[in-house]
Amino acid sequence: MRVPSVERRPSFADEVQLRRALDHLSGVDAVGVTHRVAKLATRSLKTSTKSRAIDLALSMIDLTTLEGSDTPGRVASLCAKARRPDPEDPTTPAAAAVCVYPDLVADARRHLEGSSVAVASVATAFPSGRAPLSVKLADVGAAVEAGADEIDMVIDRGAFLSGRLGQVFDEIEAVKAECRGAHLKVILETGELVTLDNVKRASWLAMWAGADFIKTSTGKVSVNATPTVGLVMLEAVRDFAEETGSLVGVKMAGGIRTTKDALRYLVLINETVGSRWLSPDLFRFGASSLMNDLLMQRTKQRLGAYVRPERFSGD
Amino acid sequence: MSDSFLVSPLGSLEYAPAPESAALARLSDSYGLFIDGRFSDPESHELVETLNPATGEPLARYARGSTSDVDAAVRSARHAYESVWRDLPGSERAKYLFRIARLIQERARELAVVETLDNGKPIRETRDVDVPLAAAHFFYYAGWADKLGYAGYGAAPRPLGVAGQIIPWNFPLLMAAWKLAPALAAGNTCVLKPAETTPLSALVLAEILQQADLPPGVVNIVTGDGTTGAALVAHPGIDKVAFTGSTEVGRRIQRTAAQTGRHLTLELGGKGANIVFEDAPLDEVIEGIIDGIFFNQGHVCCAGSRLLVEESVADEVLRRLRRRMDQLRVGDPLDKNTDVGAVNSATQLDKITELVEAGEREGALRYSASCALPDRGYWFAPTVFSNVSQTHRIAREEIFGPVLSMLTFRTPDEAVAKANNTPYGLACGVWSEKGSRTLWVAERLKAGVIWANTYNQFDPTSPFGGVRESGFGREGGRQGLEAYLDV
Repeated sequence: MRVPSVERRPSFADEVQLRRALDHLSGVDAVGVTHRVAKLATRSLKTSTKSRAIDLALSMIDLTTLEGSDTPGRVASLCAKARRPDPEDPTTPAAAAVCVYPDLVADARRHLEGSSVAVASVATAFPSGRAPLSVKLADVGAAVEAGADEIDMVIDRGAFLSGRLGQVFDEIEAVKAECRGAHLKVILETGELVTLDNVKRASWLAMWAGADFIKTSTGKVSVNATPTVGLVMLEAVRDFAEETGSLVGVKMAGGIRTTKDALRYLVLINETVGSRWLSPDLFRFGASSLMNDLLMQRTKQRLGAYVRPERFSGD
Repeated sequence: MSDSFLVSPLGSLEYAPAPESAALARLSDSYGLFIDGRFSDPESHELVETLNPATGEPLARYARGSTSDVDAAVRSARHAYESVWRDLPGSERAKYLFRIARLIQERARELAVVETLDNGKPIRETRDVDVPLAAAHFFYYAGWADKLGYAGYGAAPRPLGVAGQIIPWNFPLLMAAWKLAPALAAGNTCVLKPAETTPLSALVLAEILQQADLPPGVVNIVTGDGTTGAALVAHPGIDKVAFTGSTEVGRRIQRTAAQTGRHLTLELGGKGANIVFEDAPLDEVIEGIIDGIFFNQGHVCCAGSRLLVEESVADEVLRRLRRRMDQLRVGDPLDKNTDVGAVNSATQLDKITELVEAGEREGALRYSASCALPDRGYWFAPTVFSNVSQTHRIAREEIFGPVLSMLTFRTPDEAVAKANNTPYGLACGVWSEKGSRTLWVAERLKAGVIWANTYNQFDPTSPFGGVRESGFGREGGRQGLEAYLDV
């Protein structure tokens, strides 16, 4: 799956200019955002809308395995699942990508050859990002070399929180160059940025530095994707698109397990940034267990009754 | 940069209809009056129709209370006051109030549907705002009933007696709860007159009072029109009048009450200013403006119907506001995804239309949301006027509909001066990321309620009411008890 590249973005002479640009963004009122999210969570998706939304959500999944215990065999079965989530129903949409650690990219590449499913790899000393830049770049280079279509990098949260914004910016730019055409998702790790103002500033910083996607989380900290963070990031990509003409995607990762959660994100997109983002080239779910719940609900929509969870593969 | 590449936001994921069932309302063909704990035979009264404003079709017939009906209700309330309610220990009165609150929760779905059918407001609001808040008011004042001595009005404050309460059509059930709960907690008995176009939810509430075994006569509900209300206000047997409605009717009531020395509280109209400074959180500002004026189709006395925006961000705010307005889902109030429902009556629609036409004639720039409106019933598309000046009628008169007038200002002083340039004084909103400025502005605004970085938020613990031509007296909170105690 190919994502359109970001074309136009401003350049900053130094960190002072970058900080001024970020200071110029209007603030975020957390109470208001929470209120808005709660209101949109009451949207009721029924019948044909629900079926359509479930298929859309399935096609947006980056099926992910990021464990120390990952093996080539585990990646093989995940790839098979990404290509054909429900072998008994060939109309089920395939996932958008399979997301693995860099050393397993080659395996994933081999198993996904000839399918629409992309290979995504985390890189840059995922999940902490605590490594010298040269190591991070080598990490990225290896993943790209092995055939990754998409790179999920982490920002240096320590640098961001201590105000070294220029450093964060430069790292993203350097990683982007190292991607050599692979699409760059920038993980903000919003659970560690804590405030919605920080989320908004980090979103803009990443977009200015060349992110093709901004992504919430690694899935490795206690707070991952939340609807309030999702709303703030969606508003950021919308405003960025209006300002620069460039479309940046959003990936919500970690903690999204149910169809209900996923559909609420689709409603957020629908009523915030518009239908252009209701597509896997601009919106992704980084998840693993979500897929089976979507499959379960999809079957329910079709048959009118729930089937046993064991009907779907445990991968 | 145009947003042409942002395709219509609702175009792609179109929501299939998700209607709540109208049958949940379990409406009767006709309703009598609720006097002395019993419903009278509808056929013994002159009956009038109440319509579903979303279709224009009749829903049910109800009794028009006559002068003698009002008299019977007041006498029943007096008897209940003197024989039961006044001397009942506060903890016992509280039990009834708790029971009523729980029964409202139990019948929440039914009440929400009844309210939506009769009023035209979306089910999302009746389900999430009107009904839960009504229950919350009873819960809250139930807690006060045995603690009146600690409310700050003396060691053993006395009730006033019989309260005549007249409520409007914009929040029929919620306003009944606002009136009844503190009155009953304080030991008064009540005669409640619901609005002419929205009597049904109060009649369901009457059923709930029966279910709760409330002693007969403690609450009497007399439906009817303006003449019924006038008879209630003029009745010599009442000790207190509480009215929510238009400033014009409020004046007449005050004139009548002035000759009697009875207690009076009035909650009247408004022309609330929503003040936006350039540093405000813009996305939340837009939601706040939308909540401020399009909540309940703008049929809100405290609606933020004047938008005052700092000139430096006025264009940006207007652009974003229009885009957001186009996303509002206007239509079938029973659909769970509807944001804006029907205007309550033909009369109100005429009034809105007349003022909007005046706005256009006076040279303000009109923008109405691009939604399709149903072809029957009473509807008005969400509308914003820009280039409005202070002399325009749409900046001065209460429209009581989904119509917003946008003005600009340059300095905080100018914002305050413009916000206060109205005879009303009910509610204002201030939007800024700078707390010191918010407080500076709030101190200078002449309004009973001031919201900071939000709008139209209600809670039973918070007093609500106006100054100047928006009335006097407070409802909600400890302060709400004062209106029903002899202090």
